[in-house]
Amino acid sequence: MDNRNTKVMNRFDVTSRLIAKLKHEEAVIGGIGNTNFDLWAAGHRPQNFYMLGSMGLAFPIALGVALAQPDRRVFALEGDGSLLMQLGALSTIATLKPKNLIMIVMDNGIYQITGAQPTPAASVADIVAIAAGSGLANSAWAADEEDFERLVDGAMSASEPSLIAVRIDDKPGVGTTRRDPVQIRERFMHGLGVREPL
Amino acid sequence: MAIAEQRTASQATQGSSDESWHGIVLQTLKRNEISLIPYVPDRVLTPLIKNLHADPFFTTFATAREEEAVGIISGAWMGGRRGAVLMQTSGFATLANVLASLAVPYQIPLIMFVSERGTLGEFNYGQSLVCRTMRPVLDSLALEHHTITRLDELEFIADRSIKQAVTTQAPVALILNPLLTGGKTFDK
Repeated sequence: MDNRNTKVMNRFDVTSRLIAKLKHEEAVIGGIGNTNFDLWAAGHRPQNFYMLGSMGLAFPIALGVALAQPDRRVFALEGDGSLLMQLGALSTIATLKPKNLIMIVMDNGIYQITGAQPTPAASVADIVAIAAGSGLANSAWAADEEDFERLVDGAMSASEPSLIAVRIDDKPGVGTTRRDPVQIRERFMHGLGVREPL
Repeated sequence: MAIAEQRTASQATQGSSDESWHGIVLQTLKRNEISLIPYVPDRVLTPLIKNLHADPFFTTFATAREEEAVGIISGAWMGGRRGAVLMQTSGFATLANVLASLAVPYQIPLIMFVSERGTLGEFNYGQSLVCRTMRPVLDSLALEHHTITRLDELEFIADRSIKQAVTTQAPVALILNPLLTGGKTFDK
């Protein structure tokens, strides 16, 4: 929407900027589809979790990690179409107020991976307004790449959950996640210090 | 069999035979270090939910949808914390996708307590139809499930099922039948 006054950025570039900032083994949950592919392409980390289905659950999964490990910062990457599937999760998170949870929404208004069909809310719904209305006061659109990095820095030390929305273009994801769910989960649990490697 | 008889006898001597179903569920959760309890409400579950909220051992909260609660429990398990989801039969009916694409393939010990509507005096036709979808879905995914009808079997089934779920890293559904809970009666 034009009234957002935000630059249209690129998901892989924004994801890479986020990963470059992580210094404390922060967890990152990638939603299904392109957020996942770009998270993979930005450089595999044991603290990354890659979803292979269950569209819309990146934020709930990240909430679970955040509640289990309150001293670790937990990021979740979600698309606008996926978020629309599970808007109620925003109000659950706002109620619980996990200060270590940071939600990032990549908004291009389309279901890119299925053929770029517009979402039912394309160019009408304002994700930051929805998040704020759900009770997540610390929600903002990133105006440009530098603003995105500034918002991430702020979220890293925030005392409440944060949501950062980014307008992105329609470029496809750069990588392709390997699709072995048990291996993904085991590596993630190793990365979180829950499991010892075999 | 012998173990079950022994347990029943020891429960009787401890004077716990008058324990409520929800008291037994709460203590079984606690004993198995299951502390994170997201739920979608149900009339029959009300005393359990109320007592979980009142006990600081548990982090108990409502979610907007059941699949959201499954996502939360899955993330918590991977982060090293155990949880269980409480829901009604109609809520279970919304879970086929998340079971088949998250809990089962990632091998997550998702523990579900399902309050059974739609049977034994159900008055809402929609509820009775929804209930009939539950066991076929569980069976089609080869998911462990038990229907609990008797108070004296509740602790054994719940405790053993939780331990099996954790050690085999597989979901389990514990269906709380009206014979156990009293169910919802036709008053409103």
